[in-house]
Amino acid sequence: MSPDGSPTDRLPTDRLDGFRELLERSDAALVLTAMAAFYLLFLSIGAILNYDLAGLISILGQVTFFTAVYALVVLALNLQWGYAGLFNIGIAGFMAVGVYTMAMLTAPPTGSPPGLGLPISVGIVGGMVAAALIGLVTALPALRLRADYLAIVTVAISEIIRLTYNSPAFSTFTLPGGIALGTGGANGIGNFPSNPVRAIYFTDPSSAASGTTPIGTAVFGFFENVLGVFRSAVIVDLTYGLVLAVVVVLVYTLLARVGNSPFGRVLKAIREDEVVAKSLGKDTNRFKIKTFMLGCALMGLAGVLWQGFGTGAVYPQAFRPELTFYIFIAVIIGGAGSNTGSVLGGAVFANLLFLLPQYLPNIIEQTFAIEADPNNFIAAIGPIAAGEIAPLLGYVLNQRLPALRFVFVGVLLVYLMQNRPEGLLGHRTETAAAVDLSEGHTPGTGPSQAADASGAAGGEGGVDDE
Amino acid sequence: MSNTGAEIERDERDAATAAADDADDQLLRVGNLRKEFGGITAVDGASFAVADGSLTGLIGPNGAGKSTTFNCITGIHEPTAGEINFNGEDIAGLAPNAVADRGLVRTFQIARELAEMTVLENLMLAPKRQQGESLYRSVLPTFRNGVIEEETELREAVWESLEFFEIDHLAEDRAGTLSGGQRKLLEMARALMTDPDMLLLDEPFAGVNPTLETKLLDRINQLRDEEGLTFLLVEHDMDIIMEHCDPVIVMHQGRVLAEGPPEEIRNNERVVDAYFGDDI
Repeated sequence: MSPDGSPTDRLPTDRLDGFRELLERSDAALVLTAMAAFYLLFLSIGAILNYDLAGLISILGQVTFFTAVYALVVLALNLQWGYAGLFNIGIAGFMAVGVYTMAMLTAPPTGSPPGLGLPISVGIVGGMVAAALIGLVTALPALRLRADYLAIVTVAISEIIRLTYNSPAFSTFTLPGGIALGTGGANGIGNFPSNPVRAIYFTDPSSAASGTTPIGTAVFGFFENVLGVFRSAVIVDLTYGLVLAVVVVLVYTLLARVGNSPFGRVLKAIREDEVVAKSLGKDTNRFKIKTFMLGCALMGLAGVLWQGFGTGAVYPQAFRPELTFYIFIAVIIGGAGSNTGSVLGGAVFANLLFLLPQYLPNIIEQTFAIEADPNNFIAAIGPIAAGEIAPLLGYVLNQRLPALRFVFVGVLLVYLMQNRPEGLLGHRTETAAAVDLSEGHTPGTGPSQAADASGAAGGEGGVDDE
Repeated sequence: MSNTGAEIERDERDAATAAADDADDQLLRVGNLRKEFGGITAVDGASFAVADGSLTGLIGPNGAGKSTTFNCITGIHEPTAGEINFNGEDIAGLAPNAVADRGLVRTFQIARELAEMTVLENLMLAPKRQQGESLYRSVLPTFRNGVIEEETELREAVWESLEFFEIDHLAEDRAGTLSGGQRKLLEMARALMTDPDMLLLDEPFAGVNPTLETKLLDRINQLRDEEGLTFLLVEHDMDIIMEHCDPVIVMHQGRVLAEGPPEEIRNNERVVDAYFGDDI
C-alpha cells in the first residue's frame, strides 16, 4: 500500500475496495491477511509485555503452531461434517489413537513404558492407519443407524479410548509374542523420539547439548550474531510451526481435490438428502465409510503433530471432550463446508479464543495494575456488597484462561448464531466438480453471466484445476 | 365385467402367470406384492407386469398404494412379501442404490432436489460409475486428469439436458430456490442423466406448465421409441394417462383392480366405481 512512485489520485476507499475484491477472489490472500493480522496482534502483545526478541519469535512460533494444528483438525472435521454431514464428536479420541500409536510404535523397547523402537515415519503412518481403522470400527455399525446415532457412538468411543489409555491395566503389558508395550497409564508416554525438526539443527535430535549440524550452526549463528537471539528452542519451534504450515497446505490441497470431484459431489448429496443419492445408484455407505476413515486418519495425523511432536509427551488428559468441542466451535466460526473457512476458523479459534486468553490476564495486570488475587470465589464476591469490584476482577485474572476462554467462546457463539449462523465463509458456494461447470455452455450465455459464474465457482483458488 | 370378487382375483392371477410365461418382453414383473406398516396394509397382493419399451400408466384413487408400490420396487421400503423381478433378476429387498444401479431409476412425488447444491451439481451427480467417485482417482495427479476429462464431457451432456428441460438459465442457482414445477423438471433431468433402462415417474407433471408438459411427453415418447426406454408413470391427470399410456394399471386398496388398454379401462365399471362410487 505504499505509493509506487506514480502520483495516484485514487481515493483510499477505492484502494480498500480493490483490496476487498482481492480477498474475495483469492483464498490465499484472505488467509495470509488474517495471519498477518494475528501476527501483528501478538507482536503488539509481546511489546506490551516487554518481551525481548527471543520472546517475540517464541510468540510468533506459538501463533503459527496453534493456528496450524487447529487448522489441520478443523479441515479433517470439515470433510466429515461439513461435506458429508457425518456428526463426529469423538475427534479427541481419534487424535489420541494417532499420537498414542505413534508413541507406542517408536518409543525405545528398553524405556518405560516400553515401545517397539520403530522409525518415526512408520510411527506417523501407523498412527494415521490406526486412527482410520478405529474410525472404520466406529462407523460400520453406526452408519446403519440414523445420523444422530453416529454422534452418540463417536462420543462414547472417544471416552472409551481416553479411559483405556488412562487405565493402569495397560500401563505396561506384554503381547502374545512376548513383546512388551505400554500406554503409561495416567503418566502417558514421554520417551518417544523428539520432534523430527530438531534433526535439522542438532546432531542428536533428543539433546540440544549434543552439538549442532552445519545448518544448525549457520542458522543459530545468524540469529545470535545478527539478531542477538541465543535461545535455540524458539528457532526450533518457529521452524516446526512453518513445517506444520506446509502440512496444512498439503492437507488443504488434498481435501480441495476430494471436495472438487465427483466424490465430493456425492458427499454433498449425502449431506443434503441421502435417499436421493441412493436412488441415483450411489452406494452411500461406502462413501460415508471412506470419508469417515480419511477424516479420522487426518485427525490421527493432527494428534501426532500436535500432542506428539508439538508437546513432546502425551497424556490421556489432553484428550478430554472439550478438545472436540473446541474443534467444532472452530468449524462453526469458519463455516461448515468450506475448506478455506476451516483454515480461517481454526486460525480465529487458536489465536483469539485459545492463545489470547492466556496473555490477556498478564496484559490487564500490567496495564491496570490489578493484583491477581484473591483465589477463592467467596473472597471475590464478598466485597461487591461494599461496592468494590476489584477483588472480583482479581479473582477472574487469578483463574486465568479456562474461565476467560469459555466466556469468550460463549459470547462469540451467541453472536455468531444471531448474526452469522453460516460462519465466516459458509455462505460461499464451493461447487463440487473437478472442472468449472459454468463453462461449456456456449449458446445464449451473456458475458456478464459467465463472469459472475466463474467468480462464484473459482472459490477454491487454482488448486482444483491442476 | 360383472364377475364376483373371487373370480376376478383368479383371473388376475391367471393373467399374472400367463404374463410370466412370455417374460421376454417384460422388463418389470411384480408378483403378489405386500407391504404392511404395523397393522396397516398399504399394498395387499398387487401383481402386474411392465412390458419392455412400454409407457405404462399406474393410476388409482388416493391411498390405493401406488407410491408404496413404487417405494417397494425401488428399495426404499422392504416388501413384507411378494416378488419383484427386473430384467430377469429378483430385486425385492435390494438397497435403493442397488436397484438404481441395475437401471431402474425413480423420481419422487414431492420433488427431492438437493437444495444447497446448484442445478448443475444436481445433474452432474447423477451419471453412474464416474471415475472421480473413487477417492484415490479424484486425488492422485495422473488419475485426476482422467477425472477432469470425464467431467468435461459430462458437463456438455448436463448443459444439453438443462437446455432441453428449459432450466439452463437456472444452472448456477441453488436447487432450493427453484419453483415446484422447475424442481420436477430437475428431478426428471437428473434421473435421465443416470442413463436408465426404466424410469419410474411419480406424478412428474404436477406443477409443470402445459407447454412444457407436452414437450416432456414428446420427449418421453421419443426416448421410448428411439432408445427403448421403459416408463412406469403414476399420474392423476386422466387425460395424459388415457392419451399416452398403454397399458394402464389401476390400483385400488392395495391391489390391482384392472389392467389393460386405456379405452378398456375407461369403460371398466369397477374402475369408475373405485374412483366415483365407493369412495364418495
